[in-house]
Amino acid sequence: MQFLSYLISGLGLGSVYAIMALGYSMVYGIAKMLNFAHGDIIMVGAYVAFFAISGAGMPPAVAILLSVLVCTVLGVVIERLAYKPLREASSLAVLITAIGVSYFLENGALILWGADSKFFPSNIFPQGGITLGSLTISWLTIITIAACCIIMILLMLFVGRTNTGRAMRACSEDKGAATLMGINVNMIISLTFAIGSGLAAIAAVLLGATYPSISPTMGAMPGIKAFTAAVLGGIGSIPGAFVGGLLLGVIENLSKAYISQQLSDAIVFGVLIVILLIKPAGLLGRKVSEKV
Amino acid sequence: MKDLLKRNKNAAVSYSIVIVLFIVLSIMSGAGLLGRKYTALLVPVCCYIVAAIGLNMNVGISGELNLGQAGFMSLGAFTAVIVAGALNFHGVTAPALVMLICIVCGTVVAGFLGWLMSIPVLKLEGDYLAIVTLAFGQIIVNIINNIYLGIDENGLHFSFVNNTIQMQEDGNLLISGPMGATGVNTVSTFTAGFILVMISLIIVYHLMNSRNGRAIMACRDNRIAASTVGINAVAEKTLAFVVSAALGGAAGALYGMNYSSFAATKFDFNLSILILVYVVLGGLGNMTGTIIATTLLVVLPEVLRFLSIYRMLIYAIVLIVIMIVTNNQAIRLRLKNLRMKNGGRGKGKEVSGNG
Repeated sequence: MQFLSYLISGLGLGSVYAIMALGYSMVYGIAKMLNFAHGDIIMVGAYVAFFAISGAGMPPAVAILLSVLVCTVLGVVIERLAYKPLREASSLAVLITAIGVSYFLENGALILWGADSKFFPSNIFPQGGITLGSLTISWLTIITIAACCIIMILLMLFVGRTNTGRAMRACSEDKGAATLMGINVNMIISLTFAIGSGLAAIAAVLLGATYPSISPTMGAMPGIKAFTAAVLGGIGSIPGAFVGGLLLGVIENLSKAYISQQLSDAIVFGVLIVILLIKPAGLLGRKVSEKV
Repeated sequence: MKDLLKRNKNAAVSYSIVIVLFIVLSIMSGAGLLGRKYTALLVPVCCYIVAAIGLNMNVGISGELNLGQAGFMSLGAFTAVIVAGALNFHGVTAPALVMLICIVCGTVVAGFLGWLMSIPVLKLEGDYLAIVTLAFGQIIVNIINNIYLGIDENGLHFSFVNNTIQMQEDGNLLISGPMGATGVNTVSTFTAGFILVMISLIIVYHLMNSRNGRAIMACRDNRIAASTVGINAVAEKTLAFVVSAALGGAAGALYGMNYSSFAATKFDFNLSILILVYVVLGGLGNMTGTIIATTLLVVLPEVLRFLSIYRMLIYAIVLIVIMIVTNNQAIRLRLKNLRMKNGGRGKGKEVSGNG
């Protein structure tokens, strides 16, 4: 029973990672860049939701919508100003620019909101939970897992079934050919950043409700974990990010519970290395062999 | 022949910049012209330069993204602390000797672990390789953060996770978990840093101009083509990876001996990223650029101190603007045209500079 309860809370944590990893993975799939500022967008989303609820007294649903809106706009603006001028540059140059954006967001938040951590209102979701025998599952965990599954299914349908989704897949295959087919590549990239940043805001609220202390540097570690989850599942793949996120959360929670609280990060990254050695392109990633 | 001359010229420029900087800064600090805060930066700058030169070996020359250089630095730093503690316990205190032994040990340990890591790491490619280096960096720091290590007359004692080391009364606690290294004798000097920078430059330039160096660059440019002419790509990339790790360890050892106490979290992901920023801004494969970029970027936050809380914000904006200006095709083209108008000799310069 104890094991089952750790497993389920691990799935809850994993769902948060998965939502972040979905955003990370989509941006990577289309723009072929590692967006290291993704974690800091999560931080901004958490602060916006915090001020909307605790400061302005908005109902949680409105606050979440506002947070999604702010992050979406922020993501698109960042892409326009910082990443678009580097569309033709090497991926390393874009990576460093993303790091610059990450510094900018962190220090901007530090100036605006101060260094001390704030207490995120955890009562925005229903308290208590379902009791099955001796096992209690909190509503927060259930909502997180459900939200993650719904987002994953909607994204799969969007990318797989709609015209815009088809255009996205075309862009990720070959931008030049996509342009020739009449696809507005810049619009698609902006849209991808909008979706990724919007997902980051949802992840921010769920993360804030799980770990209620928020600070300007709160995004750094979840950002690395999301990147890890995306790579674990095969970066660029939507179901891969989902599976990678869940797996990462479960491993982290179980190793915290059974092996060592302090060494859990080492164990998580150790498992990542082992999995990548067995499946060098991630769990669900495609191995692209180079043509000579 | 012309090519050889050009390469020797590159190396000569690097050496002379380092020597001139060293002499000028030594005189200035000797005469008290440098303020206290800039004097305190002299040794760290040398550490960052050595680590960045090492990373440039991997990212620029070998072409593999490494996000875990700080992990190797932490290996070097904590090895140095342990060795210095052991030497101190057995009565060896001559600063130069301690310094030398510590740096050598740090280099060897980091190089050896780098070699062990390169076996799994180099089986992967691109971003998957990058994340495994990131993972190794995190693992190293996470483990060191939980080590308690002390020394007494029976030798070294260490323990994980809890601080229950059984030691004799004369024992010294060297590493105490999340508190990191404590009670280190600070023996690092600017001269030692300068010598280390020169040695790493000599190693890297020597390697770059050797048969192995050319093979490494051939693998970077086209791995398949290099393999078809009989180059063992994995062996060459391993060499670059190990040299990079070893230089990271040397830099870490110097860094560790510069502070009386420091925590393992000092060497987190942010430090790896910071060193990567120095390398990319300085230019991939361009050691002179790396030295200049590192020096400027370490000094910049101090210069911007008058901006008080806006300091790091401005730093971030400067970083983004520099990246866009130096990498945007349209802006580069315009700069190039401008330079050709004002003199006509700019074109040759543009070709030789590694962007």
